[in-house]
Amino acid sequence: MIATGQTLKAVEEVQGRSLWVDARRRLLRNRAAMAGIVILALIAALALLAPLLSPFAYNEVNYDIIACAPNWWPVEAACRAPGHLFGTDSVGRDLFVRVLFGARVSLAVGLVATAVSLLIGVLYGATAGYLGGRVDALMMRVVDILYSLPFVFFVIILMVLFDRNFILLFVAIGAVEWLTMARIVRGQTLSIKQKEFIEAARAGGVSPFAIITRHVIPNVVGPVMVYVTLTVPGVILTESFLSFLGLGIQEPLTSWGVLISDGADQMETAPWMLLFPAVFMAVTLFCFNYVGDGLRDALDPKDR
Amino acid sequence: MMVYALRRILGAIPTLFVIVTLAFFMMRAAPGGPFDSERRLPPEVERNVKAAYDLDKPLVQQYGIYLGKLAHGDLGPSYKNKDFTVTQLIATGLPVSMRLGLCAMTLALLLGTFLGVMAALRQNRWQDYSVMGVAMLGITIPTFVTAPLLTLVFGIYGVTLFGHEFSLPVGGWNGGALANMVLPVTVLALPQIAVVSRLMRGSMVEVLRANYIRTARAKGLPVTRIVVRHALRAAVLPLVSYLGPALAAILTGSLIVEQIFGLPGIGRYFIQGALNRDYTLVMGVVICYAALVILLNLLADIVYGILDPKVRLA
Repeated sequence: MIATGQTLKAVEEVQGRSLWVDARRRLLRNRAAMAGIVILALIAALALLAPLLSPFAYNEVNYDIIACAPNWWPVEAACRAPGHLFGTDSVGRDLFVRVLFGARVSLAVGLVATAVSLLIGVLYGATAGYLGGRVDALMMRVVDILYSLPFVFFVIILMVLFDRNFILLFVAIGAVEWLTMARIVRGQTLSIKQKEFIEAARAGGVSPFAIITRHVIPNVVGPVMVYVTLTVPGVILTESFLSFLGLGIQEPLTSWGVLISDGADQMETAPWMLLFPAVFMAVTLFCFNYVGDGLRDALDPKDR
Repeated sequence: MMVYALRRILGAIPTLFVIVTLAFFMMRAAPGGPFDSERRLPPEVERNVKAAYDLDKPLVQQYGIYLGKLAHGDLGPSYKNKDFTVTQLIATGLPVSMRLGLCAMTLALLLGTFLGVMAALRQNRWQDYSVMGVAMLGITIPTFVTAPLLTLVFGIYGVTLFGHEFSLPVGGWNGGALANMVLPVTVLALPQIAVVSRLMRGSMVEVLRANYIRTARAKGLPVTRIVVRHALRAAVLPLVSYLGPALAAILTGSLIVEQIFGLPGIGRYFIQGALNRDYTLVMGVVICYAALVILLNLLADIVYGILDPKVRLA
């Protein structure tokens, strides 16, 4: 009896490092990725707590301090606005709180649109890969066709025609970004469906839909996660691009794209209006890219 | 090869058809029309205007008429730019956009490849880290930030070089003068230089580990010869398949660049047309862009087939 107990204990000690534990360890050791995660968390926290952090409202106009520099601005400026950490914009609104509210919108667009693309892409890709044969060929041909379209143009048409609808913006960008996701998922599914546990499920009489959602999709999570972290910055860029053209978020709401576009107009007289939103956005995109790279290295160790 | 190209071109027709259909019905589904204005036209005038452009007919019939004209290469009259057909407008804008895009693409490919190869050869040393850091910056800083910044530095403040000061024009096309091209092309190329150099570094690092490279080294070939003759040919393949997406990105970027620098390309017509609900103009530009992208994808595939002996086009 005692001997058996000891053997059991020994077995327990040997096993216990799953793929995920390994991946997490590698990720934790990647300094660039960890720094990225911390900074992103900070920016998200700032965005969420924005109303508590500033005495000014994001739409509070003050015509006495139009385009004023913050007090600490080192270069000489036409006027200064004490108490405004990042200075004020061209109608005297506090730039700090506007940058944070812009972060809310930009991050929300990034996350929601990515979620839309995730939903469509994963279901589509997994279905194509699992069913295989003619269906697969046809479905992937459709993706190929859509791939060759300059899709941003369709988003622009949509935004113009439907009066810059906020929700539509999210969905439209998401609907553009799912193609790559579908390709990745299909590729993974093709290799997974050869595995024994899928065969076992099929032998057990599980329906194809249940096999796809319960057995295939959970196993493609790794590569999908990597791609998600790389999609979010892409979406944020697309949104800011549309906002820059005047087709995105409308006043008094704001996003980084809108702020940057305003700032670019005033660059010579009020450079802080360009600097702060641009830095926030660049840092965010930087972090997402490093986290994505880090995740890929962590989940796919063959590349080192 | 010819058969393959022909088949691909024929295969592009359904794609274009999908695009035309999608764009057509999307534009018509939206509220508002090209002849809505602040001041309402008298009803009989409005009726006549609509009749002149076939806008009074049922939607499906309008679609049929449009397709019929399109099959003859007629993109119709522009609703807003009176006295111009869409074909004429595109004919004036396209050369500008093409020239801009091609210059940017060439610059991005040459400089990006060079930087990527440099980084790969000095892997994990400061040259590598600095190139990759700058590339990451190039990817994350959007075009509409770099454009005003470069304008400010090189256009408005001016730069002192070799003892005398010069500044670049910050807008306008001026018949495509070199000085007018410098800033827009640079802005357009920067993000692509970044992407290309990252791609090149990645594939180069992989190729340099291959056995045949070790063999070449062991034979005592000089490094430049190994890189140029042996490694580059294999490493350049992922770049070729990136050409299509690169073109799409440059087209998208040119919307912004043409807007900022006030260049008379088709990107500006597209934005204008969309804002004015100039249906035919928007459709024309979209079709033109789509045809360009499809054509370049085909070219990329053919080049891929030539470079990679493992791929047989048939």
